[in-house]
Amino acid sequence: MKNQRISLAHGDGGELAHNLIQDVFVQAFGHNDQARFDSAIIDAPSARLAVTTDSFVVKPIFFPGGNIGKIAIAGTVNDLAVSGAVPMYLTAAFIIEEGFKINDLKEIVRTMASEAEKANVRVIAGDTKVVERGSIDGLYINTTGVGFVDPDRTVNPEHIETGDSIIISGTIGDHGVAILGARGELGIKSDVNSDCAALNGLIDSILKNVDGVRIMRDPTRGGLATTLVEIAEDFQVTMEIVEEQIPIQKQVQGACDILGYDPLYLANEGKVIIIVKKENEAKVLELLKQHELGRDARVIGHITGKGKGHLHLKTGLGSTRRLNRLSGMMLPRIC
Amino acid sequence: MQELLSKFSDSTLSRKLLDKVQEAAEEFIRLNGRRPAFMEVCGSHTMALAQKGVKRALKDHVNLISGPGCPVCVTDQKSIDAMIKLAEGENRIICTFGDMIRVPGTEFSLMEAKLEGKDIRVVYSPPDAVKIAEENPDKEVIFLGIGFETTIPVLGVAIKEAMDRGVRNFSMWMTTKLVEPILRTLLETKELNIDGFILPGHVSIVLGKNDYQYLVDEYQVPGVISSFETVGMLGSIYKLIRQLLEGRVEIENNYSAVVTDEGNIETKKLINTFFKPVDEPWRGIGVIPDSGMDIREEYDRFNARKRFNITVGEPGKTKCRCGEIIRGLVTPEECPLFAKACTPSKPIGPCMVSSEGTCSAHYLYMREDS
Repeated sequence: MKNQRISLAHGDGGELAHNLIQDVFVQAFGHNDQARFDSAIIDAPSARLAVTTDSFVVKPIFFPGGNIGKIAIAGTVNDLAVSGAVPMYLTAAFIIEEGFKINDLKEIVRTMASEAEKANVRVIAGDTKVVERGSIDGLYINTTGVGFVDPDRTVNPEHIETGDSIIISGTIGDHGVAILGARGELGIKSDVNSDCAALNGLIDSILKNVDGVRIMRDPTRGGLATTLVEIAEDFQVTMEIVEEQIPIQKQVQGACDILGYDPLYLANEGKVIIIVKKENEAKVLELLKQHELGRDARVIGHITGKGKGHLHLKTGLGSTRRLNRLSGMMLPRIC
Repeated sequence: MQELLSKFSDSTLSRKLLDKVQEAAEEFIRLNGRRPAFMEVCGSHTMALAQKGVKRALKDHVNLISGPGCPVCVTDQKSIDAMIKLAEGENRIICTFGDMIRVPGTEFSLMEAKLEGKDIRVVYSPPDAVKIAEENPDKEVIFLGIGFETTIPVLGVAIKEAMDRGVRNFSMWMTTKLVEPILRTLLETKELNIDGFILPGHVSIVLGKNDYQYLVDEYQVPGVISSFETVGMLGSIYKLIRQLLEGRVEIENNYSAVVTDEGNIETKKLINTFFKPVDEPWRGIGVIPDSGMDIREEYDRFNARKRFNITVGEPGKTKCRCGEIIRGLVTPEECPLFAKACTPSKPIGPCMVSSEGTCSAHYLYMREDS
């Protein structure tokens, strides 16, 4: 490809657009069969399907531990997986700013293809639009995901009860600090990598082998605290998490201490919260720890009662305070 | 450094220390019939004490009063209105620390001005604004210079950078504040009974321990310079109670890893090169002589107050009690707006906006559970 940057002509449906699709997208996603038609025809492996969509506008587009393409695959795969569905197919739509480097686009698409392969999902339909320089910030990606729901492996939030264990699959705040660092907004050098990763393999191993999983969520924007507050409110349960048990990388805690951020509210892109009945807590932990993405998993607290919909944090000093959802803090575009 | 951080936050140590603080406080209460009252001067201490649960754990033992050390909170409303008004002019880029952008002005906030299409940018360091000026030679770039002794040197660095790089379209609107004049004012008005000060960690890196000797010599009030970790803060409170019990009045340095006796002499020189003391208005207090720093005449071309003619009327009145809160006279819960009309997502006063603000700390970390 002679043109090294995206031009408006790449979006006009003509020769350049055709070349871009063939050279960049079809090559990476291997969806030549589907790309010949206006829509991809797929077999539905079950009567019930899960569908989710998400748009990705992260700034910067490349950051330590990933890029916008990796999040666009992992984020949508994770939304399907935490619902208990088996992710199958994705669509990907790209809105590209005129002047965007084609090599960067290629790298992003390659990352998407490799993350999709790891997650065992296929990208089967896509779209590209090019807009004038200045109307967007580089590149935005939307992905829609389809997964099938296996009636034998479901999550049952309605069974949530006092005593249930709250488990996090690893350290919190990594993505948030990686993004702040990459934006040069820490004022210090940070070597923290984003945790961005597709979790469906990890989640699959839990759902296949353990009963009594009440609910799973991926604590992305708003962080661990906001996600737990939402669960507490949605299902009218009170929960307590223990500060000392929450896994945090030292570099992440250090950056937060210096800058006044609270890691409980920083974004994660490769972590899952699992609420499971107490008796099966050890089994879940064991399975998580066997997996590369769950090595630092911990039980961080329990459901302590019904009715109020509050989240409490037991601090290192033994006193307890209520945690609320992220409120009024200014955070950059993170996903 | 990382190992050090984790040792400081060790919770077994924290709990043991908490027991010792409570024990010492009980002895003080037995002897005096009341809790010891300490003011944490710095907003970051207010936030850390609330977040780590120290305030709640000590509520029956020590009266921890939040002080005036949150830069946005102490900025008087007229100055805030003037800074926001700067955004109205054409061809300007306003650069500010994040906290300022959501502080409500009498007419509008910088956030609202941004939504209207004004170019307002959050920067983390003032020299970043110089860079923005360099990249936008056809625009006037104005940095809103708020802050205490920790920020003032960095404002000086920005002027130096602008000079070195020949940047002519950069200026700063200064409303900086100094710690000593406000502490003297609080002690002299005698509105408060303070048994001691938890002195700011970061400011003290610049000032040094010796700069607080006036508290002892002129007011007979002790102080302990503190870090921001749970163990460090509890240790500082313990040291203050011990002084009271033993009848000592001293300035102690409980952050000696970074704070020296003399402070940072080079940084002090840098401050005095570019800035001179100036009378400053404080929210809820009024003008305190020589309580801030402004740009020296020889650097007038970087002084936005001289470059732009901004006039604002008298600020509108609200029921917000930020003015009393920063003097430690009332707690946020005593304000009729707190957690009702005024929340972090819809703040009425600056103490609810700032990440160092007392109201924000109480809203996020200390609301009683019903």
